[in-house]
Amino acid sequence: MSRYLLDKFLFTVDRDPELVERYRDDPVGTVAWWEENVAGRLLGCPPVEGSTWQELTAEEREALATHDYPALFRLGAHPFLTLTLFIAMFERDYDEPLGFQLAYATTLAHFSPPYPDITT
Amino acid sequence: MAEVVAVIASTHHPFYLRASTATGDARPPFADEWVAKVETFRATLTRVNPDLLVMVGSDHFHQLWLDNMPQFLVGKAPFYDANWYNEEREFGLPRMRFTGNLDLSSHLLRQGLDAGFDLAFSNELRIDHSITCPIITLRPQADLPIVPIYTNIFAPPLPQPARFVELGRTIRRLVESWPSDLRVAIIGTGHLSLELGGPRQFGPHGPDPEFDRKAVEWIAKGDIEGCLAEVTLDSLHTPGNATHGFMDFMLMMGVAGDHVAADYVDTLDLFHTMEAYFTWYPKGAVS
Repeated sequence: MSRYLLDKFLFTVDRDPELVERYRDDPVGTVAWWEENVAGRLLGCPPVEGSTWQELTAEEREALATHDYPALFRLGAHPFLTLTLFIAMFERDYDEPLGFQLAYATTLAHFSPPYPDITT
Repeated sequence: MAEVVAVIASTHHPFYLRASTATGDARPPFADEWVAKVETFRATLTRVNPDLLVMVGSDHFHQLWLDNMPQFLVGKAPFYDANWYNEEREFGLPRMRFTGNLDLSSHLLRQGLDAGFDLAFSNELRIDHSITCPIITLRPQADLPIVPIYTNIFAPPLPQPARFVELGRTIRRLVESWPSDLRVAIIGTGHLSLELGGPRQFGPHGPDPEFDRKAVEWIAKGDIEGCLAEVTLDSLHTPGNATHGFMDFMLMMGVAGDHVAADYVDTLDLFHTMEAYFTWYPKGAVS
């Protein structure tokens, strides 16, 4: 389990407009590229100083590669990060204001408190 | 010594700017009432003629990240750029820039460390909507220097609620012991019940109106004891998964003082979350 790495994916993609579009259009390819190139990057340090041990579990990889935000919620990804990135990718597909946000809530309706732990 | 001329606690709703400036069909039905309430709230700051704003907020994974996460951090920079690409994208917030006050930052850090708070600091801090939203609502001309203080209400493990209250008490004491003749307002923003990225988000009102009612009463009365008796890190999960932001309100109750009732209280029941606005005048109500 690597909640931290799930959050790191969401965090690094959400802040980069190009990556947001790339993840929307090609989730499988983006996740594979990210694991190879970004997962071990120590943010704020030169690439040569990266971490050597970061790895997503198969379940986490699948959740990211299929845009499966209920699975991300279940796995304890930080809900703010997931929500913000997924709004950036999918709000545009809904006509009504807050259409995606409300659909998102409905999709998660089978969860009730206490929610999965998000502690990293 | 510096004078604390106002203590202000508020929610920070990132949609206010867009709602208040929208026209025609794009203008939400609640916008006029919201603007009227914000303008009345703004007057509670304007009337005390502040020189400087101490701004308490919380970074939303913008600059502060899980590889190096401070619990409490004081900005110590001559300038603060503000707002981030994803806030521009989602909320339409503009890029902003503020002047800092290094002397007060240094004072808060030195005296805060000596008072038992191992405060982190940042010499290059880009602040986010937890601080720019109250600037937009309370001081839209954004013309005053600020000293930002960030708290971690976001990335567990979090400090205990009592620690937020105690930090608030300490900030008040430290500002009042700052050798300066400036008039300082201490402004902090948090949340009432709030859900983000969960099944209760974006409902017709906040996820837990009963919690909101109690929270407003605690804050309005300065009932720190009653609040601390009920609020724990665990209990804050129940009203909504982002309700730990209420601890910044608790910090501001510490700034305002035990059993010090707010001089101005207002709320607005909006979709998704309740707005709440509080002002204390430390030397009594301004005539």
